[in-house]
Amino acid sequence: MTNPNPPLTEETHAVGGNINPVQNRFTDRLSHVLADLGKNGIFIALIAVVVLFSILTNGILLRPQNISNLVVQNGYILVLAIGMVMVIIAGHIDLSVGSVAAFVGAVSGVFAVQWGLPWWLAVILSLGIGALVGVWQGFWIAFVGIPAFIVTLAGMLIFRGLALVVLGNANIGSFPAEYRALGNGFLSDVFGDLEIDPLTIGVGALAIIALVVQQVRTRRGRQKYGQDVEPILWFVTKLVLVSAAIAFFAYSLASYKGIPVTLIILAVLVLVYGIVMNRTVFGRHIYAIGGNRHAAELSGIKTRRVDFWLFVNMGVLAALAGLIFTARLNLAGPKAGDGFELEAISAAFIGGAAVQGGVGTIGGAIIGGLIIGVLNNGMSILGIGIEWQQAVKGLVLLLAVAFDVYNKRRSGGQ
Amino acid sequence: MTTNILEMRGITKTFPGVKALANVTLSVGRGEVHAICGENGAGKSTLMKVLSGVYPHGTYTGDIVFENETVEFRDLTDSEAKGIVIIHQELALSPYLSIAENIFLNNELKGRGGLIDWNKTNFEASKLLARVGLRENPTTRIMDIGVGKQQLVEIAKALSKEVKLLILDEPTAALNDEDSDHLLDLILHLKEQGITSIIISHKLNEIKKVADSVTVIRDGKTIETIAKQDVTEDRIIKDMVGRDLEHRYPDHTPHIGEELLRVEDWTAHHPQDTSRVMVDHVNLHVRAGEIVGIAGLMGAGRTEFAMSLFGQSYGSRISGRVFLRGTEIKTRTVAEAIEHGIAYATEDRKTYGLNLIEDIKRNISMASLKKLEKYGLVHDNEEYAVANEYRTSMNIKAPSVLVKTGKLSGGNQQKVVLSKWIYSDPEVLILDEPTRGIDVGAKYEIYSIINRLAAQGKGIIVISSELPELLGICDRVYALSEGRITGELPVEEATPEAMLKLMTMEKPR
Repeated sequence: MTNPNPPLTEETHAVGGNINPVQNRFTDRLSHVLADLGKNGIFIALIAVVVLFSILTNGILLRPQNISNLVVQNGYILVLAIGMVMVIIAGHIDLSVGSVAAFVGAVSGVFAVQWGLPWWLAVILSLGIGALVGVWQGFWIAFVGIPAFIVTLAGMLIFRGLALVVLGNANIGSFPAEYRALGNGFLSDVFGDLEIDPLTIGVGALAIIALVVQQVRTRRGRQKYGQDVEPILWFVTKLVLVSAAIAFFAYSLASYKGIPVTLIILAVLVLVYGIVMNRTVFGRHIYAIGGNRHAAELSGIKTRRVDFWLFVNMGVLAALAGLIFTARLNLAGPKAGDGFELEAISAAFIGGAAVQGGVGTIGGAIIGGLIIGVLNNGMSILGIGIEWQQAVKGLVLLLAVAFDVYNKRRSGGQ
Repeated sequence: MTTNILEMRGITKTFPGVKALANVTLSVGRGEVHAICGENGAGKSTLMKVLSGVYPHGTYTGDIVFENETVEFRDLTDSEAKGIVIIHQELALSPYLSIAENIFLNNELKGRGGLIDWNKTNFEASKLLARVGLRENPTTRIMDIGVGKQQLVEIAKALSKEVKLLILDEPTAALNDEDSDHLLDLILHLKEQGITSIIISHKLNEIKKVADSVTVIRDGKTIETIAKQDVTEDRIIKDMVGRDLEHRYPDHTPHIGEELLRVEDWTAHHPQDTSRVMVDHVNLHVRAGEIVGIAGLMGAGRTEFAMSLFGQSYGSRISGRVFLRGTEIKTRTVAEAIEHGIAYATEDRKTYGLNLIEDIKRNISMASLKKLEKYGLVHDNEEYAVANEYRTSMNIKAPSVLVKTGKLSGGNQQKVVLSKWIYSDPEVLILDEPTRGIDVGAKYEIYSIINRLAAQGKGIIVISSELPELLGICDRVYALSEGRITGELPVEEATPEAMLKLMTMEKPR
């Protein structure tokens, strides 16, 4: 890329460039740290919640078995949260995901149990059904122009109804073992039944190495292009902290049953969708549409097409969540997926997504989902009733968004 | 006891950085129809907002004397209580409510127990409708009647408040000829009933038809008030224009090449009211290195033309042909238009141009992400580098390209919009009001950028409501009136007087 525009006249040229106030190195470093803390406020909130409940539960929260449970119990919500935050960034909402998950769970029961199809075929067909559900809803939203709230509210009723029709007043149960592994399986015992699973430790180590390499490369790349980077000390500190967290997590899983299959699915999704949202044209278009739909249209972005594919994607992820949930219970039932949509929406908003669209991240939604998960899990361990759990979760959602709004107002944002 | 119903003396109103009104004087005689003329931005609407209390007492200096009494309005309710009612260009009616409900909105007729008396409301409304000559059922919803009739409802609403002074801001701008005539007749009819009117308009034949006197405002100052018998078009135009063009435009030596874009018989209709022609068989062309202006008054169809051409972003039933370097092209979607090398920078940056919650970098790349794509991924370091180059070359004043565009000044926002389009590498740029809401220094920079683009061989179309600006930077100027091109002049021949004549030329009837 060469500069197509030679500089302007001399008088105007002198004004640009450096209008930064004078800063010494210390304030510069500090501002980096503070900006990071502000940006990662949600991450700190997660740590605070974890610490709080570790103390309240006398450390039960962080026991290997419970950590493993945390992942498996929340897997389907996290899968939904990924799709949901994308929908929310584009300025829409999807109320139907719980019903769609139930519907696809029921359909997969027909495929895998009643028809006795091979488990992999049942899974692929079920995901295809999810995609068709997305095509249906995407059509009304993107091409007919009906607000997503209405279309997915209708979808919530339609697919709950269809789930009941498919189930015909009965549960479908006892799925094949491979299918059940989606929700219950562990990747371990490859090297025999050891106290500490070496595979899990190995994967953890690989994850840390991959993270460090990727971070260093990104930093080098930025430096090469003359961009500001954070101070080296802070960069290293952050890497060490995150690596330690991964190591602890891997060790916990290794000393229980190994890596849950659900976690592998999640890790792949987070990686892929993180790249989609940050680095692909499609992802950028989602942010552009959410930030200012008119401007996006007038920049040549095919907003309808993006809306359509967003809901197809949401349909597939809702189907996947339905499969994981059904596999975990080993049962496709009429109450499956009840309230999932609200947990997924809460996760996205706690994770920093903006109600009016344009803002949000996959990582934020995952952390938001984990906060809800830790709250659920911690309060259950403490023996707090379901009624108070609901109330507390509602309060957390309200406070999280209020904090976000306050922060934006203080920083003089739009 | 004077015969004047209204005296405004020494009115001065400043906005941050701009003096909108400087010592304006206005005298309106009792029972007359008084017209106020001026170019866009001359201060007409500001003056009326001062009068009606939209800008409350204390935010301006000077005196308002109404019916021999000095008045200090705090808001619209205050001025309405005295009998001053303003009807804005954008009608303030609620579309889903009935005519009667709108007429008595916030002035409801209550019966026993404080409940609304619907029989009385509808009865009184029908009496008012008869006075303005509107034959409609008072229970009809506003959205079910046309703009012309809505205008009459607004006047009926004013009459319900026992109006003494009626202010109409460009009342016929959105009306067809028949509705306009009816409205003007109504104004004369109200005059017979003793209601004084102020009418803001730049349609000169209209003014000649109804006005008893005309006050011309230019650059926030009163130029003169002309009595009916002395009103001539030439005099009004001279008063409206009469400023000397200072050295506000950078030098520009055109190097004009072959024809780039040609538009033939371009016609577009109103998106909702599909029978209304907004752009009427427009023919124009622009050559390489040429800066072409489109001049037109408010409502002439300038933006409508540009946006209908740019991927049919405006209008319905669009027809016409577009040629790029002699080959016919289709511009049915924005993506198609961009692909063919056409760019359109909107007049309304904040609504249509920028993603204000996103940073400079991502706004600049928004229309050209494909260029930054490598193995299916957006090369974000390259994006940063590109944005940084534009920050320097366009002199965008921001500490880095990671600053959100919502935090920039108008001039810098405009530079981001221009960067976005220049980066899309267009052959023809359509710039709609490129200097609106920008301070003088930044305007000069924008003009320099336009010159530079022309020097690179791009074809530039500038749409502006500021005539001096067009005459200062363009090589050739088209005049647009009522959706039609009414003339085309090389800039040497385009005197402001000649242009205004073309811009106010109406359809032969």
